[in-house]
Amino acid sequence: MIRFLSRRVLHAFVILLLISVLSFVFFQFAPGSYTDAMRLDARVSAETESAWRTMYGLDQSVLTKYFRWMRSVLRGDFGFSFAYGIPVSSLLWPRIRNTLLLTSVALLVSWSAALGIGALTVVRRSRAVESVIRSSMALLLSIPDLLIALLLLLFALRTGLFPVGGMASLGTAHTVIAHTKDVALHLVLPALALALLSLPLLVRHVQAAVRESMCAPFVQAARAHGIPAGRLWLAYILPAAANPLISLFGYSVGGLLSSSLLVEVIMGWPGLGPLLLESIFSRDVHVVIGTTVLSALFLIAGNLVADLLLYAVDPRIRWEQ
Amino acid sequence: MLKAALACGVLASIHVTALLADFASPVPFATQQREYAFAPPTHIRWFDREGGFQLRPFVYARVDATNVKRYPVQFFVHGSSYQLGPVTLDRHLFGVAAPARLFLLGTDGFGRDQFSRLLAGGRISLTAGWLATILSLSIGTGLGALAGFYGGWLDHSIMRIGEASLTLPWLYLLLAGRAFLPLGVPAASAYLILIAVVGVLGWARPARVVRGLTLALRERGYVVAARGFGATSGYILRRHILPDALPVLVTQAAILVPQYILAELTLSFLGLGIDEPVPSWGNMLAAVQHYNILVSYWWMLVPALAPAAVSLCCFAIGDALLRRRRAVPL
Repeated sequence: MIRFLSRRVLHAFVILLLISVLSFVFFQFAPGSYTDAMRLDARVSAETESAWRTMYGLDQSVLTKYFRWMRSVLRGDFGFSFAYGIPVSSLLWPRIRNTLLLTSVALLVSWSAALGIGALTVVRRSRAVESVIRSSMALLLSIPDLLIALLLLLFALRTGLFPVGGMASLGTAHTVIAHTKDVALHLVLPALALALLSLPLLVRHVQAAVRESMCAPFVQAARAHGIPAGRLWLAYILPAAANPLISLFGYSVGGLLSSSLLVEVIMGWPGLGPLLLESIFSRDVHVVIGTTVLSALFLIAGNLVADLLLYAVDPRIRWEQ
Repeated sequence: MLKAALACGVLASIHVTALLADFASPVPFATQQREYAFAPPTHIRWFDREGGFQLRPFVYARVDATNVKRYPVQFFVHGSSYQLGPVTLDRHLFGVAAPARLFLLGTDGFGRDQFSRLLAGGRISLTAGWLATILSLSIGTGLGALAGFYGGWLDHSIMRIGEASLTLPWLYLLLAGRAFLPLGVPAASAYLILIAVVGVLGWARPARVVRGLTLALRERGYVVAARGFGATSGYILRRHILPDALPVLVTQAAILVPQYILAELTLSFLGLGIDEPVPSWGNMLAAVQHYNILVSYWWMLVPALAPAAVSLCCFAIGDALLRRRRAVPL
């Protein structure tokens, strides 16, 4: 177990290192810099700009810059944001919290819905139910992510049922309960959008996995022995279907983060997405790199969780160790 | 099979319409009619105000302060001239006579006809999707065939990198890739940059498929025989392996084209893709980022339906191709 885990963590560490090096090297060749926008102001002279560049060490070699950045990562700063004038980490932490809140709620909703829908279609075996679900999933899959988010937004704007934009209304933070309620209300739309975006893929895989494990000989045997349906599901079918689904969970984190970026930008949820976009436009190098590395970290963490779950659930993997 | 044929037909007609955008649209996509900003879709009628039925559909237009007049919809009308290949034409598929206007899908904030822009934008977006797909497929096929054919450390390193780039959050990767390239460039270079970023970052999926196929084909009798006769690796790849990969690549294209059209949509929507004044499905949608436009002018959302239609068709075709491949053993 420890060996399994430590090898995984080492693997993750190497990938993160590689991503940080790659983004640094690429950014070296990226045209334009934060100072370009400064020079638009006629009062800023070329000398001021070069002095500024020296102050932030932008005139050093890539290697020096990388090691300086690495030192600041070890200090927990993740570099310095030019646009905000503060360490990147103090920008990132609140954003991460918000993105995590959104994605985890969406994850919960979409997985429960997918398990429900997937199991329903397989159990009921009704032609009508199946075709309705299949066509609605195909429709959901082919409608652009943008449009789903925009339609939900339109719904909120038209009906006024849900607050639009941000994650808290002004002047509601009097008590903890009122604040929580307010945030939850703001969370409904983005989480729903995100859950809808990831639903079709999940449903398809849940259906396949459940169908396969239902046809497995040991399930047939258990059924023939007269084991009641409830126990059959909990003790036989679902555990057997769990393995591919847990792997899917690990993979789906990447897709979830991508969709989350879009939903955050459209719905104005203050997560990592809007920050990344804004820092790309302003060429705020360290924020771009920090956000990219962090998104990779999320992904790796998701995969790690999936691996651990797999280890816990599937005896074959434990046995292989 | 019928569904796939239908999908092929719809897809082909979308492409042809986009190709003949100048002919099919009543006005040039860049023409601004400022007095018609955010005009709703024009109501095409068959019944006039007195309740009488007209054989020819018509629109109402105000001619002076108190009077409105009927203007029938005409086909193959003369309008502004455009280039279609080498010839200059001035016929348009449909239109109405002068004081009347026919906005099939309304207008945007500058009074530009949304229908014309949708078609012209389709030309841009569809081309971007196809070119990026071709780029991805070529890189993916090359690397996948190399990995599968030679194996060993080459295979190992190519596939590890591929897996990493497949699992990374795609949009973050796309945005970061776009961030390394210049912003605020002329439309043509922005277009090429977009295609390059999307195409290059998507190499891993076709590479995996082609690698798997190459691994299987490498051990086939005829390949072993060719090798025995002294065929070079290059010859075997060219003559035996790549031709067999073709059907797989077509299936991959059916998956990648809609995905890349959506990538264009997303990037242009976020302001990192194709810029005004060239229309694309993505940058036409960018206007609805303002809440008031989203709420007040529903027809501004229509450009998002076009990629949905393309995706639906492509998925149907891809499904049919997959099913057929399973039916015929490789």
